[in-house]
Amino acid sequence: MGEFKVHRIRFFNHMPSAIRVMAFNSHTERLVVARADGAVEIFNFADNYYQEKVIPGRDGKAVEALCWVGRRLFSAGLDGEITEYDLENLRPRNSMEAYGGPIWTISSNSQGTLLAAGCEDGTVKMFEVLEDRIQFQRNLSRQKGRIISLSWHPTGSQIAAGMLDMIKIFDAETGHATHRLLVERGLQRTSNSQEVVVWSVAFLSDHTIISGDSAGKVQIWDGITGTLVRTHLLTKWDVLVLAVSPDESSVIAGTSEGTVVQFQFISSTVDQQDKQWVRTRTFKSHSHDVRALVHTDTAVVSGGVDTQLVVRPLLDKVEKNTQESAMRKIIFPHRNLVSCAKKAGLLLFQFSDHLELWRLGESDGNGETRAHTRLTSNLRVGRFGEDNICCSALSPCGGWLAYATVSSVRLYRLQLDNNITPLVPLSRLQVSKLPKELNSVHQLSFSSDSSKLFASSILSSVIVASVKELECKYLHTFKPPSGEQPVHLLSPSEDGNWLATANTGGEIHVFDLHCSVPVCGSCPTAVSIHPFSCSLVSVHADQQIFEFSLKQKEFTAWSRKLQKQGMHPLWLQRDAPITRVTFNPNNPTHILLHDTSMFCIVDQILPLPEEKTRFYNQSVLQSLSLGERLRNSHAFKVYRNFQNLLCVDLMEDHSLVVVERPLLDIVSQLPAPVQQKKFAT
Amino acid sequence: MVEYGDIRVVYRGGSKINFRKPVISNDSRFLLCASGESVKVFSSVTEECVHELRGHTGQVTGVLLRPSNHLQVYSCSTDGTVRLWDFTDGILVRTYVVGYPVYSIYASLNHKEVVFIVTPVQSDKRTELFQLVAVNLPQTPDQLVEARDLSAVLSDVSSNPSTIAFGRGGEYLASVNNLKMEIYFFKKNKSYRFEPFYTKNGGKNTFTCIACHPKDDCVATGHDDGKIRLWRNFKQKKEYTYSTLHWHHSAVSSLCFTPEGTNLLSGGVESVLVQWRYNQENQKDFLPRLGAAITHVTVSPDGALFSTSHSDNKITIIQSCVKVSAVIQGLVKGENVTTGLLVDPRSKALVLNGRPGHLQFYSLQRDKLLFHLDIVQQEYIHEAGLEQFEVVRAAFDASGLWLATVEERKQKSAELELNLKLWSFDEQTQSFVLNTTVSAPHEARITAMCFSQAADSQTTTLVFNLNFWPSWSCDFVGAYHGLVPRCCCFSADGSLLAVGFQEVVTVWNPTSWELLTTLSQPPGDVRNLCFGQLSCSKYLLGSNNKKMVCCWNLLTCSLEWSTSMDVSLLLVDSRSENMAAFCCQDGSTDLFVFKPSEPRPLFSQKAVCSGRVIHAVFTPREVMLESSEESSQWLNRSQLYFLTEFMDLLTFSTKAEEEKLMASSKQLVIDDTVAMTPFYLLLGKHRHEHLGNEESAERTPLPQSSVAIKELLQTPAHVLPATSFLCSMFAKSLLISVTETRSVT
Repeated sequence: MGEFKVHRIRFFNHMPSAIRVMAFNSHTERLVVARADGAVEIFNFADNYYQEKVIPGRDGKAVEALCWVGRRLFSAGLDGEITEYDLENLRPRNSMEAYGGPIWTISSNSQGTLLAAGCEDGTVKMFEVLEDRIQFQRNLSRQKGRIISLSWHPTGSQIAAGMLDMIKIFDAETGHATHRLLVERGLQRTSNSQEVVVWSVAFLSDHTIISGDSAGKVQIWDGITGTLVRTHLLTKWDVLVLAVSPDESSVIAGTSEGTVVQFQFISSTVDQQDKQWVRTRTFKSHSHDVRALVHTDTAVVSGGVDTQLVVRPLLDKVEKNTQESAMRKIIFPHRNLVSCAKKAGLLLFQFSDHLELWRLGESDGNGETRAHTRLTSNLRVGRFGEDNICCSALSPCGGWLAYATVSSVRLYRLQLDNNITPLVPLSRLQVSKLPKELNSVHQLSFSSDSSKLFASSILSSVIVASVKELECKYLHTFKPPSGEQPVHLLSPSEDGNWLATANTGGEIHVFDLHCSVPVCGSCPTAVSIHPFSCSLVSVHADQQIFEFSLKQKEFTAWSRKLQKQGMHPLWLQRDAPITRVTFNPNNPTHILLHDTSMFCIVDQILPLPEEKTRFYNQSVLQSLSLGERLRNSHAFKVYRNFQNLLCVDLMEDHSLVVVERPLLDIVSQLPAPVQQKKFAT
Repeated sequence: MVEYGDIRVVYRGGSKINFRKPVISNDSRFLLCASGESVKVFSSVTEECVHELRGHTGQVTGVLLRPSNHLQVYSCSTDGTVRLWDFTDGILVRTYVVGYPVYSIYASLNHKEVVFIVTPVQSDKRTELFQLVAVNLPQTPDQLVEARDLSAVLSDVSSNPSTIAFGRGGEYLASVNNLKMEIYFFKKNKSYRFEPFYTKNGGKNTFTCIACHPKDDCVATGHDDGKIRLWRNFKQKKEYTYSTLHWHHSAVSSLCFTPEGTNLLSGGVESVLVQWRYNQENQKDFLPRLGAAITHVTVSPDGALFSTSHSDNKITIIQSCVKVSAVIQGLVKGENVTTGLLVDPRSKALVLNGRPGHLQFYSLQRDKLLFHLDIVQQEYIHEAGLEQFEVVRAAFDASGLWLATVEERKQKSAELELNLKLWSFDEQTQSFVLNTTVSAPHEARITAMCFSQAADSQTTTLVFNLNFWPSWSCDFVGAYHGLVPRCCCFSADGSLLAVGFQEVVTVWNPTSWELLTTLSQPPGDVRNLCFGQLSCSKYLLGSNNKKMVCCWNLLTCSLEWSTSMDVSLLLVDSRSENMAAFCCQDGSTDLFVFKPSEPRPLFSQKAVCSGRVIHAVFTPREVMLESSEESSQWLNRSQLYFLTEFMDLLTFSTKAEEEKLMASSKQLVIDDTVAMTPFYLLLGKHRHEHLGNEESAERTPLPQSSVAIKELLQTPAHVLPATSFLCSMFAKSLLISVTETRSVT
């Protein structure tokens, strides 16, 4: 192992944005999440819930609705535009003005031929989904009041629209309203004059309509006769969202109290067929409004104002006491928001609308956790334009800073003066002329000697540009032999010979050698090239670790041994992916890994842990004698002293930078939740 | 030793009526509950005990209406029998001998002549394992039937009867035990087991009770953490589902669906009856302040009456969840009776600790709680582990006009809080009224308290550092070598006060407060002290913890006699010279009754009861007994009641007394229409006379003299021959013979 001087940093005020809406594609098993700042994130449920892609948003473009049509993703927002996303290049493909005022909801029919949008002006607009775009077809008959929610009947013949105080059912063929279902106004909280908003409707194949409204009711209607069947009063506040399971036997409703309530279609007596909707379980996994819900076959996925994405498997659908049945909370992004200039001791924090540059101070302790960083100076780089920052990089020498938005890349030269007083900010100069190839970029990285800038671009290509004295010159483009997915990881080697890239299709390419590592099923979450042995270490979303020798072009013996023996079950049970791999130059056999809950030093010399050995034994080992310690130790040394880690990196002076973001700080910045009476208070 | 054949120990009520769920009869007129070794039938309107179904020789562990005949009731007991009773007449119809102790009983309409009982698993005696067994009841006319046709249904059930329930008219059976639930379908002969909570300790999810919806396939379970879960869709092994209702903050002790299944009732330690609407669970009604923790909830078969059993030995009858219509209160058994047994000289009622912070007045003659006197006058908070004020001492003066009580609260950190309260009897309201409160009369715990018998001054003696309180002001503080006084006693005329300071007995003059003498005492702390009464008033008796009883002659101030006896309790009868001493030996208690002046005991009985006798009291009789036998003479003027450590109230009764009782009970011929209560008897007599005067002319007098009619009306229905056989005879007897009519006209 080894002793490190630790900079424990807690002043990165990273604040995740509230989850606004979600949509799930059951064919590709991808969940798309839209946040309040307009960012759209795609999670792969088949690959350990890994956050594959992030499309940054822009100011003034809040996403109100998301919809999958096949593999295409559409969104609509209060700016009145319907946007289709380019999931390969991580940017909006095209936008179309609907001319109906703000759009509250969009919904596609099950055939994927039509897209219906509910607008502020009371129209339901039908769009035909064409190969490359969508085309306006017609309006359904116009209503008074805005259309808040829409739901197609699975056959596509009817469409239900939730409005203020009522639900309307339209015939999709003729466009006329066939039923008007009046929703009762709230009795408890508000006076009768306040209108009730039908936040969500669901149209089931047996013509049952389920609605959730702002009076806290979930109502079940008969869609053929247009009559109310049952009313379930859930809460004093709003029922914000409904989701139906694929087999239509279960409906979940999210409320402002942060609860998710399940309703099931159950026959009242065992042998009979007459079924009814019965309120069953209540899940309380959020502290704030549940704004978005998805009901998959086996799990309830919920998100809301408290920014967490919660995947709660239904215990009647999965095996108990397995990894599958564990609840998951995804709080932090699965990518790096912190870049370190190893030589200069600078840290770059990436926010959605600005960057912060900090210099590490003198660490005033020599213990492992006691040392704190004193703030010496910082620099705030505001971004230009309305687009949010998607990636940023700091060169190892600390002389260059680059960031990219969806549409542009900016590069700065930092003037460093080591003798400046703490209060004087660092000065910066913008490199004005950038090569035109650098316009659409997903990931940025500098080479270790700070002379080259690598930027991943369309079709898994990587652009190499040299940076020198306020000049940036395009050198060439690496193009992999295959791959269309965007590159999300860039890792240049220490000696500057190689560059490893990984894309969300799971492929890893190493350029300069033009070799590609055999694809393993899971997407890589962190890759890095060892500075001395020239082997590539990759960690994947399913928590597997591979080491690939670039010289022999095969997996190393250690990697094969690890695969043969298998990872320890407790290692596999962790739910956050490893986001960074670093190496200790003093000790070449050590690999440093970290996720949000722990960091780990993998010692390749020590024996691998058996399935039965105690995995988290570091605290026990501290108290044992030297001989005992050697006998009981294994290759995975897991440290859980630090929690909610965003970055662990080793600086050139062998001090460890640990960036933490305590959950309590995030919670304290959230808006106040709805008032609830708590027992015994 | 003399054997006293005609005196025996009698169980004198005060037994638990909240032990098992009560049963309400189909017409809601009667409420049946297990009480000790008998089943008591109460009228649900007048709260009066109508019948006591006696016959079991072990504790009755369950009462159940016979599904096929709503006028009959099954009862089961640990003596291994199931008995069938006709409860309107109070007759034992049949006894089924099962042979194993029975802990609970269930039946359903679907299963004719089969009852389900819970018995211990015989194979393994060390562990407490129970199984549910179906018993075929043979249909024979015999009184005593062997029921040996047993078949096991479920193994590993709980002995608590509220953990098993029949669902949907007997289609299935649901049972919970700890963290497991099992549902058994009779038709398919298949059971589904669920272990829904996979937490390792799972301590808070433990099932406590179960109830099945009468129409739907829905099972409600109560849990230790106060949650109620409604289980549905349990026919699949995996896809069962449940919803959770949470209002109770502590364990749910009882659940019950109303007969139509529209409401679910639940109760717990909060002493609030909660009524949940089925399918609209966020609408609920509460009936709060029911007095004590709810142990059972039941509903009458027509749904009109609810009854709740409470931990203070009380059954409350509630009309349609809004109004408490009747309260059947047994002897309240607190955790410990610190006040001892007292007799209110006015009402002759037994007084002891009742509800927390109350004194209960219990009528011994009628085995009924008269009322509770609120001493502490603070709201009792139903929460475990909270230290609250408790009544620890009480004393009446000789006339019964004054009552002194001591309450204390001991908290771990704070010092002892003490209150001395003096209550005077108010003639107008016929109850005790608080007269004076003395806060913190002593610095430490009060060990004994007694009133001076002297008529003129109200003197309470409170002993610890010896404070004397005549006329509610501290008169004198006495101490003796800094020793802790343990007991005190006034002489009958109030002229002397004896106080036992650990090993030393001191005698004081209560008028001048001087220490008259100290009496020599063999080593050992004085436990009891009492003065002799009437002709023996010159004697002072004391017992110590070194197995010695001493008798001093106060005239000579010398030891008259002493004997070696481990007396745990020594008490004196105020009506006679007799004294009673309870000796505790080898887990049972012996009683000696003696006069201080005579060497031979008047009466002695070995092993009056099992366990220690905690408290005893002589109560004066209202009517003197005229017993000439020497051995029972001591019972002529007063009765001896005693309380065992199992909180059973026992007494002695003579043969003559029992015969008298039997005779009086036979007079109570039960009319079918009105519950037989003393009030009814009184009223009925009046009405009868009234009717007799006015309507005798109009009404043709029935031929009362006819033997056939009398027989027909008075013999119980189940022993009568067939109606067709009786009909002609009955009709004939109603005819008025021709000769008679002629003579009349």
